[in-house]
Amino acid sequence: MTPNDRRYTKDHEWVLVEGDTAKIGITEYAQEALGDIVYVELPAVDDTFEAGESFAVVESVKAVSQIYTCVTGVVCEINEELDAQPELLNSDAFNTFIAALKITSIDESKLMNAEEYDAFVASEH
Amino acid sequence: MRSEYKLIFERSKEGRRGYDLPKLDVPSLDGLVPDEMKAQSKLDLPEIAEIDLVRHYTNLSRRNFGVDNGFYPLGSCTMKYNPKINEELPALFSDLHPLMDTDLCQGALDMMYHLDKALCEITGMDKFTLQPAAGAHGEYTGLMMIRAYHELKQDSARTTIIVPDAAHGTNPASANMAGFKIKEIKSAPDGSVDLEALRAAVGPDTAGLMLTNPSTLGLFESNIKEVASIVHEAGGLLYYDGANLNAIMGVARPGDMGFDVMHLNLHKTFSTPHGGGGPGSGPVGVKAELIPYLPSPVIMACHGGRVTLDYNRPLSIGKVKSFYGNFGVMVKAYAYIISLGGKGLREASRNAVLNANYVFSRLKDTFGVPHDRICMHECVITPGEELSALGIHTTDIAKSLIDRGYHPMTVYFPLIVHEAMMIEPTETESRETLDEFVEAMKSIAAEAKANPDALHAAPVTTPVGRPDEVAAARKPIVKYERQ
Amino acid sequence: MRSYVPNTEQERAEMLKVIGLDSMDDLFSDIPEDLRLKRELDLGEGMSEADIRRIFAAYAANTRTDMPLFRGAGAYRHYIPAVIPQLLARSEYYTAYTPYQAEMSQGMLQGIFEYQTLMCNLTGLDVSNASVYDGATAAAEAMLMLRDSKRKRKVLVSEGLSPEVRWTIRTYAHGSGVEIVEIPLTDECRTDMEALEANFADAAGYICACPNFYGCIEDMQAVSDKVHELGGLLVSYVNPISLGALKRPGDYGADIAIGEAQPLGMPLSFGGPYCGFMCATAKLMRHLPGRIAGQTTDADGNRVFVLTLQAREQHIRREKASSNICSNQMLCALTASIYLSVMGPEGMAEVADQNLQKAHYLAEGIASLPGAKLRYPNTPFFNEFVVDFDKDSSVINAALKSKGYVGGMRLGYYGCDDNGVLFCATELNTRDEIDGLILALEEVLK
Repeated sequence: MTPNDRRYTKDHEWVLVEGDTAKIGITEYAQEALGDIVYVELPAVDDTFEAGESFAVVESVKAVSQIYTCVTGVVCEINEELDAQPELLNSDAFNTFIAALKITSIDESKLMNAEEYDAFVASEH
Repeated sequence: MRSEYKLIFERSKEGRRGYDLPKLDVPSLDGLVPDEMKAQSKLDLPEIAEIDLVRHYTNLSRRNFGVDNGFYPLGSCTMKYNPKINEELPALFSDLHPLMDTDLCQGALDMMYHLDKALCEITGMDKFTLQPAAGAHGEYTGLMMIRAYHELKQDSARTTIIVPDAAHGTNPASANMAGFKIKEIKSAPDGSVDLEALRAAVGPDTAGLMLTNPSTLGLFESNIKEVASIVHEAGGLLYYDGANLNAIMGVARPGDMGFDVMHLNLHKTFSTPHGGGGPGSGPVGVKAELIPYLPSPVIMACHGGRVTLDYNRPLSIGKVKSFYGNFGVMVKAYAYIISLGGKGLREASRNAVLNANYVFSRLKDTFGVPHDRICMHECVITPGEELSALGIHTTDIAKSLIDRGYHPMTVYFPLIVHEAMMIEPTETESRETLDEFVEAMKSIAAEAKANPDALHAAPVTTPVGRPDEVAAARKPIVKYERQ
Repeated sequence: MRSYVPNTEQERAEMLKVIGLDSMDDLFSDIPEDLRLKRELDLGEGMSEADIRRIFAAYAANTRTDMPLFRGAGAYRHYIPAVIPQLLARSEYYTAYTPYQAEMSQGMLQGIFEYQTLMCNLTGLDVSNASVYDGATAAAEAMLMLRDSKRKRKVLVSEGLSPEVRWTIRTYAHGSGVEIVEIPLTDECRTDMEALEANFADAAGYICACPNFYGCIEDMQAVSDKVHELGGLLVSYVNPISLGALKRPGDYGADIAIGEAQPLGMPLSFGGPYCGFMCATAKLMRHLPGRIAGQTTDADGNRVFVLTLQAREQHIRREKASSNICSNQMLCALTASIYLSVMGPEGMAEVADQNLQKAHYLAEGIASLPGAKLRYPNTPFFNEFVVDFDKDSSVINAALKSKGYVGGMRLGYYGCDDNGVLFCATELNTRDEIDGLILALEEVLK
């Protein structure tokens, strides 16, 4: 289920590193918890974020959730499809990135692999 | 009885006319507006005869529910009866321009001056501004005064407002707008301020604490004096969110509890109608040391009984809106205060608390009860374990109440109680009304056990069923487009 | 003493028994003894309805609303159709709270949706909120929209906005850390385009009034083109009645249109309640503050209205919300809706034209008097204009008052050294009144 080509955070984001860029999205568990997603507030290309900062906001009808970046870097691509179809995050969370950052630095020690993440989710219940 | 209702635009027919203007009695000149600034086409507005317009808005009103239609126990909103005498009074001032010379509007200024005095007496504060138009607007005004107070003392480190997690959402939002950082502190399990958490939170960066008392759980903060001294000793000020003042009029006063600045909601505590979302009025009261920071102008009495507007306020935070506030709302609130008098206001609060405890006592065996103790003017319950196990949520109970002719209570607030239902009956409801409501709640619980699916389908008696809110938010349609 | 508590003493005692308490005082045992008020509030014994009527009649008698009025300056006396107070008296509307429960609040929700549509059609923009407190707070909220949508902390504001509006903007700017730069007007009372351009670096946009506080109409197309060329957004503060005659903000490319809706059927009422309107392009929809109603369907496919895009608002986003607004001016917005529906396109065009005609008739009459001249004779104006007098304006207004007229607004009222007077005429000023004022002024100026 949980793809093992990428890493995960305790805030239920996934990060897929390809060369010097990191694509970030939310996990299946996160989309389930958020419910029907109605809007994604995307960052702008060229915005700079420090690891741990919120770089996007996901809205359901009655809740908002900050999405945090686990890498420090500059936004190089945003998923504009989400403007018209925020529901993609519900229907295909692992194949729908929110934004990609050009990595300045990344602290791998705080990230989990798929197996560790699944265990983390299980332990939260 | 499901039915759609035509929009006013769908009743429009070209050439129909509902307006009536006096005949132009001065010469009509051409070319007063240069071509490049002129309207380019006819406005797209309805064209409708007066009778059709009157029927449209009259029948549209029948698809709405107010306090005059039935019990409306919306917690934190104090949906008490709106006395009719108060409604007829603002018309006396309909044609009074706000910028009249003060000798031509003494009566209006005098009324405002007396309202200020009455609010001071009720709350124990020293001076009120009547300018803010609503509770959140009052919060903003009060916080800007706290900011100005610290700025004048050149205490620029005081940038943080402490807000309990049980607070109304407007508290942190207002603090943010006033330029503060927000430090949220967890409440104790009973919804009161956790004194240890507060001690840990205060420091040289503390500008103030915002507090609702009784709390949003409907419980009085017994440690309030301790809370006040912790904040004051740290150099901060204490802000009182007056949303729940209906519990304590004539019983206890925020000014005596140590609060430095507060707002009131005239549209809650002082019986002015909420108008389907407004206009409200959110006067802000302060202790003497904060008077210099009040918004400009300040209403002052002079020698000889004249009342004036004082604009010469060098330390004022400025203006927070045009003119002096929602005057028409103030008229209704002042009429309410003087018609009840001191004793009547106290009786109102005491009966508000009695009614809330009565409902609570009668419901607590059927529903979940986060805090089983005497409450103030409102109580918080939950569906409880048994109903939750059946998949019944607060929403289902609320929607079932609609089918039984009641406006639901406040749902899912306060946030610190899972599946909260906050019930505020107010003092203006009779015992029979409360008994009938209790029976309705119990019948919903019984139905939930017998046939949970029926609750998920509620409401069924309304003109429309549960709306698809996800579709509304994903693809917003926020105005009518002609077919 | 009036009481609205239905329960009798006996019922109260029975209810206490159910609760398990002996006395009403026991209800308040959580309140520490030393905080309990040991006396009655000093607010009198209470009053009957007849007393209340008498007292308020006395307050009203100590105001003057019978004198011909030539004062506007942000609050305008217009004709209010008789249907408006009658329909607003429907207590299904006025005794309701915010429409949180859509199924039993379709009346107000549809009312908001219609209001939004009417305001969008009036301003030529795509989206509207359900109202804010007044025009001044609409301007302050628009300033925050500029900051957030352009992510810049500097906003340019025209000196042509009313002093009340500019003052409110400054208060909010101080709170939110926005730098405000006021752009002066030229000698012809229009935006100083050179100053606008010179100050535009790092600015999110420009808030401009038309007609402005001095009544003048400027070429908003030119302003709009310049602001957009400089990479900013244009906020247009308009008098809604003027849109029966003037180009709509959307037609000249404004990104946001705001203003005071009081002229749309709301009485003067000593300054409130009024109603701030805010409309914007679709692109800025998520930055609009306050409530918005949207259309959707129920399970049977019926058209239904709900509060939507709520995740922008304070009750969900808390300190991350861009505005703290909760209560708005809903009943006043409904007033504006009924007004616009009564007037229709022809009525709006006619009332706007009557305002133009009456104001110009008045202006011509005053300008013909020795010792009086129009300050901006070459600039088109709507229903207000500034007159400069040889005599002290407070002396003139005092003399007019003694002759039974409420003269124009002295510009010196706002603390500046300005002897000008801002006159206003609307469709309600009859020719007799206007002729009378001119005659009175002639005597005063002698």
